[in-house]
Amino acid sequence: MKNELFKGIRITAVCAVIFALIYPVMIWAIAQFSEGNGMGQTITIQSRKHYLNVGQEFTQQGYFHGRPSAVNYNAAGAAGSNKGPSNPDYLKAVEERIQQLLQDNPDMKREDIPADLVTASGSGLDPHISLEAALFQIPRISSHTGIDSNKLHQWISDQVDMQTTGIPAVNVLQLNLEILKEMSHE
Amino acid sequence: MKTQSLFGSSEMLGGALKESFVKLHPMRMFRNPIMFTVEICTMVMLVVCIWILMGESSQGSFAYNFSLFLILFITLLFANFAEAIAEARGKAQANSLRKTREETPATLVTGEKISSAQLNLGDEFVVHAGEIIPADGEIIEGIATIDESAITGESAPVIREGGGDRSSVTGGTKVLSDRIVVRVTTMPGESFLDKMIALVEGASRQKTPNEIALTILLAGFTLVFLIVCITLKPIADFASTPITIASFISLFVCLIPTTIGGLLSAIGIAGMDRALKANVITKSGKAVETAGDIDVLLLDKTGTITIGNRKATKFYPAFGVDERNFLKAVVMSSMSDETPEGKSIIELAGAPIIQLENPVFVKFSAETRCSGVDANGVRIRKGATDAIKRLCEKAGNNFPEDVAMKVRDISQNGGTPLVVSENENVIGVIELQDIIKPGINERFARLKRMGIKTVMVTGDNPLTAKYIAERAGVDDFIAEAKPEDKMNYIKKEQAQGRLIAMMGDGTNDAPALAQADVGVAMNSGTQAAKEAGNMVDLDNDPTKLIEVVEIGKQLLMTRGTLTTFSIANDVAKYFAIIPALFMVSIPALQSLNVMRLTSPESAILSAVIFNAVVIPALIPLALRGVKYRPIGASALLRRNLLVYGAGGIVVPFMGIKVIDLLISLCL
Amino acid sequence: MHTNAYFIIIITVALIVLLAIPLGKYIAQVFTSGKWSFDKVFNPIEKTIFKLGGIDTSIEMNWKLQLKALLWMNLIWFLIALFVLMNMSWLPLNPDANPSMSLDLAFNTAVSFITNTNLQHYSGETAMSYLGQMTLMLWQFISAGCGIAIAIYVFKLMSQQQEKISSNFYVLFVKANLRILLPLSIIVASVLVFSGTPMTFNGKDVVASLEGEEMHVSRGPVAAFVAIKQLGTNGGGFFGPNSSHPFENPSLLTNVVENVCILLIPIALVIAFGQLTGRKKHATMIFMTMMVGFIMLLLPAISAEMSGNPLIGQMNIDQQYGNMEGKEVRFGSGPSALWAVSTTCTSNGSVNAMHDSMMPITGLVTLTGMMINGFFGGVGVGFLNFYVFIILAVFVSGLMVGRTPEFLGKKIEPREMKIAVLITLLHPFLILTGSALASYIYMNHPDQTSGWLNNPGYHGYTEMLYEFTSSSANNGSGFEGLGDNTPFWNYACGIVMLLARYLPIMGPVMIAGLLASKKSIPEGPGTLKTDTPTFGVMVFLIIVIVSALSFFPALTLGPIAEHFSIY
Repeated sequence: MKNELFKGIRITAVCAVIFALIYPVMIWAIAQFSEGNGMGQTITIQSRKHYLNVGQEFTQQGYFHGRPSAVNYNAAGAAGSNKGPSNPDYLKAVEERIQQLLQDNPDMKREDIPADLVTASGSGLDPHISLEAALFQIPRISSHTGIDSNKLHQWISDQVDMQTTGIPAVNVLQLNLEILKEMSHE
Repeated sequence: MKTQSLFGSSEMLGGALKESFVKLHPMRMFRNPIMFTVEICTMVMLVVCIWILMGESSQGSFAYNFSLFLILFITLLFANFAEAIAEARGKAQANSLRKTREETPATLVTGEKISSAQLNLGDEFVVHAGEIIPADGEIIEGIATIDESAITGESAPVIREGGGDRSSVTGGTKVLSDRIVVRVTTMPGESFLDKMIALVEGASRQKTPNEIALTILLAGFTLVFLIVCITLKPIADFASTPITIASFISLFVCLIPTTIGGLLSAIGIAGMDRALKANVITKSGKAVETAGDIDVLLLDKTGTITIGNRKATKFYPAFGVDERNFLKAVVMSSMSDETPEGKSIIELAGAPIIQLENPVFVKFSAETRCSGVDANGVRIRKGATDAIKRLCEKAGNNFPEDVAMKVRDISQNGGTPLVVSENENVIGVIELQDIIKPGINERFARLKRMGIKTVMVTGDNPLTAKYIAERAGVDDFIAEAKPEDKMNYIKKEQAQGRLIAMMGDGTNDAPALAQADVGVAMNSGTQAAKEAGNMVDLDNDPTKLIEVVEIGKQLLMTRGTLTTFSIANDVAKYFAIIPALFMVSIPALQSLNVMRLTSPESAILSAVIFNAVVIPALIPLALRGVKYRPIGASALLRRNLLVYGAGGIVVPFMGIKVIDLLISLCL
Repeated sequence: MHTNAYFIIIITVALIVLLAIPLGKYIAQVFTSGKWSFDKVFNPIEKTIFKLGGIDTSIEMNWKLQLKALLWMNLIWFLIALFVLMNMSWLPLNPDANPSMSLDLAFNTAVSFITNTNLQHYSGETAMSYLGQMTLMLWQFISAGCGIAIAIYVFKLMSQQQEKISSNFYVLFVKANLRILLPLSIIVASVLVFSGTPMTFNGKDVVASLEGEEMHVSRGPVAAFVAIKQLGTNGGGFFGPNSSHPFENPSLLTNVVENVCILLIPIALVIAFGQLTGRKKHATMIFMTMMVGFIMLLLPAISAEMSGNPLIGQMNIDQQYGNMEGKEVRFGSGPSALWAVSTTCTSNGSVNAMHDSMMPITGLVTLTGMMINGFFGGVGVGFLNFYVFIILAVFVSGLMVGRTPEFLGKKIEPREMKIAVLITLLHPFLILTGSALASYIYMNHPDQTSGWLNNPGYHGYTEMLYEFTSSSANNGSGFEGLGDNTPFWNYACGIVMLLARYLPIMGPVMIAGLLASKKSIPEGPGTLKTDTPTFGVMVFLIIVIVSALSFFPALTLGPIAEHFSIY
């Protein structure tokens, strides 16, 4: 009995060295060869670092808005809403978002609102919106920024990922960076 | 078996009905954990009924609760009735066997006359022609022909004599001729029949390992559903769905496997009863089950595969010998030959008995290996080929070539040649053949399909044994077998994990009978043999083993299929009860009411009624057993899954719906 | 665009099967020192490990010793984990200055990780130091290694070439970790770091968003952690939202890789079973039965998620991409449904979308997957669960063909039946009493339970049912709306996880041990073949009946009632 106890302690110690020390250090070393050196893929625009994969909260009408987030895009406390599909509060919240969208985008109809634009993502950090969600916002952005809607269309079709995502998706940050660039040019 | 005999006489039925109530005693119910929980539920329902009468109003109407109580009570009675009727049938079967020997007068050797019931172990009694033997025993003096038809149904009398393998007599049989002295070998009340009756009555009925394992499984299911029902209370409270006690009890009783639980012991008893019907007395229920698992059957050639002994089938006179002369010589040589072979020669010759002058009969001896007669001035001998050959060549006579050829032919065809000589001259050959029992081929083919290996045991030489084995379709044989060969063979097979069944009668069979997993002793056999085996065949029919195997398989199959049926039933019962429980507070769950049952109350009542009536509906099947089909294990499983599994799902849907329609019509 | 989702689902499932077959063969080679066991590379390392660990590899261990070794080792792990989790705040590698855990949370978390459950009543980014994460990662390896080792031992007992497989628990354990989990983890972690998953020991980053708001971005040694979390059917996320977090699962590619990893070893072990025992037909029967079960759970989930929420549909908006609440756009609803079923059929428990926000049908099938817990199941233990079902099926079908039941030539008798029945009973017992207790407390002590449920009605009850089901299945996923970091949930789930881990390991090992010591009955023409499709159907029915029958009422008041109230 004692025998097995000591064996257990010793073998656990050896495992700790291999799996909790050597293995992570090895992966860390490999990561040094990756983009971002294992510190996350970032893009630096106008001396500001942005994490490409981490969604940001956009509230200004001149930017593309991301999906609703249960944690307001808090990247140090990510979470989903965990609302059940039949929860009345949830359904009320969705209806409110629809109303808000219709108010912000007066040119658009209810039927055009894609579901992802009124539902919260699981992580609360979803960097993407669907193609339809991006197209939906064009008139609003165009009218607020003065950027030609054709140009916005063009950016979207340049950015949209039709193949390697579950649904055709556009990275909101990258679209907004285009807007930022365009605006700072002017 | 005819259906009319299924429930037996009305008297038996009445007894069983009475017994159904007696069995309600909790101490007796406790043996069956599933039905015991139903009994507790019934009592709870009774309390609820009283509670309602005292003014409680949250538990639904009195009529509804009381009808549930009644149905549960009837469910219990049904289950008890199943057991009682099985017991009654077994008892009736055994009693009819026993009746004959009760109150038979017995005459002790001292001349004292007493009743058979007063006989004790070791007592010696005398039986004369025309009297009934009062108890099981062993002949210690005399020889007699005995009519055993009372027990075996076989009308031909048998010969029993002291000091051999055929010394055992059974109480209730009738001595037809002569006088014998018999020593009682069993204690009063301890004969095999008495043991069997006790076994059937349940007093000494022990659960077999398989039955225990099944009970564990069923108890497990019962426990699961107990947990399901108890935990449902707080969960339903959470969903603000009040559930009445009656509903909980109905759900529980419907879900636990009451069908198989109620029929389980009846199935076991019926198995033993079927064995008894086949005139086999089993010493334990386990023996019947084990019989179903048998991998290897050891069968004696003589009497099992072939009819009795060899028979003379043809005479071949040597070249130049007159056939009439040959026949005459043959008949003369066999006149004193009392062996079955000798008798069959005379029978085949069909010649009149020849008057012999001063006959000197030569008996067969192991040394000369021939027999014959010196009479009417000639010396006639018949015997094994080499023995006669030596005899003739010693006298300077040649062994004719055509006879030698004939001898070879006969041997190759599985026959036994018997060469006949007259005055040391070979005059011809008698062909003796084993007659394979008609229909035995099919039986072996059936055994093969069941996956059982058959082994023939014979004293014949390997060539003959092989020939017969092939003709009969036996898988293997032990030739030139000595008693210990059987034992060795059994041990060898058992070492490889196989289960062996054998049949035997002689004292020297006893060790092998004890060693075999299923040892069937013939009733005519010695007491030692009967004690050693775990079954006794009253018919002394060696092919009985095949039936015993099927009875064992039937027993297990009936258990398995009814378990499957019982559990599959739960699906439909769920769809009846679950919507009924929740429909009022959660109307959305109406979608689950696929049977469109009229109301929650009628749905619950229908399910519980179905649950009750399915028990008596299946009693005939439980008693008769599910038919075994030797179509291979996988095909059999497929078949039974389809019939009892799929059937178990579909039947209650229809049954519950019909009962619901009837209830809604009545209300 | 739905076709894209179907395409992804089919590719993923095909990849899983295609990769599991060679992996299964490799696993068999590892334990029999075959041609492809890479002894040259691994033997010297193993030798060093055994030397340092004080293991005499020549010691034979029977089933009792195996269990003893396993249990002692797990006790040690529990104590170490408890110590680390309760003292993280002052121990090194805590750049974000996260606090130590309370006793109840530490108990729950320690149990959760040593039992391969990875139920998380905390969020990694705020409740864990990197030392804590690395400690948990260690258990992710070795708890999975334990499962594989004990499964291999059971294979050995059923095997015809027994002597080739070591009977020393430590040898099996080290081989499983070193030769199976470690190489695969290195491969997967590499894919992850090159796809954007962080692997750094730096703490939180503080940046400004495009709109100028201050943003804190949690990072950490994520890639190494995620790889073993998926491969070892652990499922514990580095971050709170698990693999829906863009750092844990940055792209569809990583999503497919991680989803493959969830099922890879559980399936490969079935293949290895065939290889190691020489019973390939049996392995095929088991694989097919599990696969059919898996697909039957998968299809309704995909259909429900991709059709969307009818209540949202009534709002007259565009729901062509299905139910998106709690899901990531980069995965879409179809692949998320695939993941949900994969992670609950195996006892993985990682999520790439919030199960709480899925449709009731998906809730139903994920719950069912965990209630059955044998359609592939956890590494090693999934097979053991299935083994118990086989024993039950053998018993009933043996009776149905008129033979005393036997499996692989060994008779099933009351003792084995007792164990099998107890193990089958345990799961419903733990789940149903747990959720009944929770319901009772919730109804009777509203003051203490106000923070429990995130959703009202049937869905709220389902949150509690799910939590206990996940604990008892050693799964670890959750309806995360449940406010589960309370002493009640921490202790209750902890106890359930402990019982549900060790008893279902001990039971099958005991059965296999008892059977192995029995005389073997040669297979004859009358023996019921247990490697046929017919028998597969039988096992399937037993599984469905046992779980459907015990859980149907509980499910009726949860997802089923919710479903019918929506549609």
